[in-house]
Amino acid sequence: MDERREAGTGSNVSINSNKTNDGATPPPPLPRRPKPTSEASSGALQVGAPAQSKPTTAVSSIDIATLSFPDGSRGTFPTTAMRAISTPVPGGARSGYATPNREGLGLSPMGSNELSDSVSVMSFAPTMRPPGDLASLVAGELNKKSRAWNLLRSQSANVPPFESARTETLNNNDTGLAGFEREFDDIPDLTVSQSGEGSITDEDRLALWKAKMKHYMILSSAGKPIWSRHGDLSLINSYMGVVQTIISFYEGAKDPLLGFTAGNARFVILTEGPLYFVAISRLEESDAQLRSQLDALYMQILSTLTLPALRNIFAHRPSTDLRKPLEGTESLLSSLADSFTKGLPSALLGALECLKLRKSQRHTINNAFLKLRSDKLLYGLIVAGGKLVSVIRPRKHSLHPSDLQLIFNMLFESGGIKSGGGENWVPLCLPAFNNRGYLYMYVSFFDGRTDSTEPPQQESPSPPEDEIAIILISPDKESFYELKEMRDKVETCLTKNGTLDIIRNATRAGRPKISDIAPGAQISHFLYKSRANVQFSMSALEPSFTDLTARRRLMSLYHQLHASMHGRHSHLKVLHAVGREAASLAWITPIFELYCVAGPNISRGVMAQGANKIIQWAKREEERLFIIGGGVF
Amino acid sequence: MADSVPKPSSSVKLVLLGEAAVGKSSLVLRFVNNDFQENKEPTIGAAFLTQKCNLPTRTIKFEIWDTAGQERFASLAPMYYRNAQAALVVYDLTKPTSLIKAKHWVAELQRQASPGIVIALVGNKLDLTSDSTGTAEDDGESSAAADSGDSGDARKVSTEEAKTYAEEESLLFFETSAKTGHNVREVFTAIANAIPETSLKSARGPGAGAGGVGAGRNNEEQQRVNLGGPRDPNAKEGCAC
Ligand SMILES: Nc1nc2c(ncn2[C@@H]2O[C@H](COP(=O)(O)OP(=O)(O)OP(=O)(O)O)[C@@H](O)[C@H]2O)c(=O)[nH]1
Ligand SMILES: [Mg+2]
Repeated sequence: MDERREAGTGSNVSINSNKTNDGATPPPPLPRRPKPTSEASSGALQVGAPAQSKPTTAVSSIDIATLSFPDGSRGTFPTTAMRAISTPVPGGARSGYATPNREGLGLSPMGSNELSDSVSVMSFAPTMRPPGDLASLVAGELNKKSRAWNLLRSQSANVPPFESARTETLNNNDTGLAGFEREFDDIPDLTVSQSGEGSITDEDRLALWKAKMKHYMILSSAGKPIWSRHGDLSLINSYMGVVQTIISFYEGAKDPLLGFTAGNARFVILTEGPLYFVAISRLEESDAQLRSQLDALYMQILSTLTLPALRNIFAHRPSTDLRKPLEGTESLLSSLADSFTKGLPSALLGALECLKLRKSQRHTINNAFLKLRSDKLLYGLIVAGGKLVSVIRPRKHSLHPSDLQLIFNMLFESGGIKSGGGENWVPLCLPAFNNRGYLYMYVSFFDGRTDSTEPPQQESPSPPEDEIAIILISPDKESFYELKEMRDKVETCLTKNGTLDIIRNATRAGRPKISDIAPGAQISHFLYKSRANVQFSMSALEPSFTDLTARRRLMSLYHQLHASMHGRHSHLKVLHAVGREAASLAWITPIFELYCVAGPNISRGVMAQGANKIIQWAKREEERLFIIGGGVF
Repeated sequence: MADSVPKPSSSVKLVLLGEAAVGKSSLVLRFVNNDFQENKEPTIGAAFLTQKCNLPTRTIKFEIWDTAGQERFASLAPMYYRNAQAALVVYDLTKPTSLIKAKHWVAELQRQASPGIVIALVGNKLDLTSDSTGTAEDDGESSAAADSGDSGDARKVSTEEAKTYAEEESLLFFETSAKTGHNVREVFTAIANAIPETSLKSARGPGAGAGGVGAGRNNEEQQRVNLGGPRDPNAKEGCAC
């Protein structure tokens, strides 16, 4: 173990380190490394990106095609080695993947150019190989003979998992997450605390504000503050002013500012018509990731107002205070922002998570749902514990993940609907569907409907993550009672045929466990995205990744991996990176994206085997994990 | 409360209107679930809830539309009050502008809603005033005393002002606290009683009526309820919901 550390980890900088002073000192020349992602120069730290530090004696990187970086992280870049072993696709290699087409759920991918962006002709062949070959890709003949390989092998029996590093060897200072558990605490009001004994000053409040690792701000191009995640606007008004001045300066010069770095904080700016969106992050997210988060906030605003209304407001009076028209949606913006800060796999992957069900069961639900469909219905969804159970939709309309993200956020993350009880009738605009008008959404939770004569008996209510919701969307604002009737019929039907209980049990069973999927694989966690279905599956966060900081630590790794794989100039198909805290592996083919994380000294071979088991599992379970087809009418 | 003999039951469509954050959803939550949430989030669109109210001679099933008070939802309101038989127009008695908003709603209802609609004006958050003892036991009388001497009294709308207005417009009038539950059930009971028998379409055949309801609740009949307007103030029945 120590030997290996000598060789591989020369410095104490973890891969989560903040030290990315690009260009301050040129990193040592690296052999055979494809151009890293463009993100590296934007200040976001990549897995395996060279950090400034002293050179080390690297593991003989040529031998094992692993690169060691001065900060102690190592990465495998499948350049020559991968192409060398690429072979034509054996017949029927893709047979297990029933739906490489878009027809499926009718979900349109987040970035439509995603596929073309990341799939190069050169690298296509190897990725078409059937699953099961990852081991040979990263742990093939080439490697087995190397001294380092043998050294790694010998370590694999003793692999502390990724999650154990949390308490044993690290305090959160090392991971840059110090104080993250207080990230979502409110900054106390002046008025409230003045009445208490220890009165709080504005300086104290500013200090608390500055301690946040993530900020989001929305302001109008005229400089009017609209919303900010932390701190009331009176506290941070001057900061908003500075931000506005900086942005306007560049706007004026016809050279819009996209982002900049100050200290260890990355500022990313999104301009949408009369609105400026600013994200300030010390969580080492890439510019692209931050920008897509800002875009989601913009979508939330459109969802409230529609695009023509927003334009109208500012066309008439550029100095309008948008806070009034958006009143009451602050909590939606905040809960959206907070899920990004906590780390939201669905947002990172631009995909949805489904409830795992047997194919026949899902079929039964879809059919009942379709059969009982009201004429007024546009989309119908059943969602359990935040996971999609069933969707029905017209053939010509697909559902966009970013629209669903807004709906899920409204239903499951913010309290407005969930806490109210009863049934809800919500006008909303789904901007990806049509940003010009409103739809009307009927929402009811299957257990939560009050229909009691007696005062409600205090039976244990199901925790929110277990709640089953039915969502019926119509363009007709008068269709509440029709949709309500449909809901009642669907509930009766699903209760009668037993599928409601099945849904309930499946929800309670939770996410798949690694120990069931790949026993002994020593992998701590994974994300698997089915690209064709625009859906993903992930292993359970319990027990190790449930607390805020542990979860963020995991999600940060995924963000870095994802950024490395999706950088504009990145054509990586497989990335294996090792840092002081973790080893991680990303693997992208036209069919899937797999990201997994393990303890730092898991050998590549063992990790690859684990990854293969996950791929095989996903292939085997595809029709249970994902909604394929869905109900189309 | 097992009613072995079916009583006539009828549905009453009721809509809640009023400025944002006056406590409409909180009143409904208190009435339906006997619960209160300190930081209730704003309603989006509208919520639909039902709650039955057992009167001695009949059962009223309230179909409640709890609308969002935010300005941008105002245009949807007609959809909810169009066929309503009753409306609860709520203001926050610590916020004078909310009474102005309430008056606008009353005017709109009188213009646009069905002619027979029963309207109750409700001043909520009584627990924030000094004349409230802050308990649900407190009876309706104390709200008549509109003195606001003590410090810590957040009352900004006097009982007299609102009550006078309610009388002029023939509205039922209550001051409530969703937080303590004070007067909340009474509002709904008074509305149930004020709905003219003739406007109730009975869902079930006539049943043996009087007296069978839980005796514990019946003492509410004795409670003084400020009933304004032409409707018969004596036809009060206990609501056992
Ligand atoms: N002290 C006190 N607070 C109350 C009372 N009723 C409601 N509140 C609080 O006032 C705030 C707003 O209450 P809501 O019930 O959401 O108000 P609303 O009228 O439904 O608001 P919208 O849905 O936005 O129209 C919440 O924080 C409640 O906790 C009350 O009787 N006393
Ligand atoms: Mg409300």
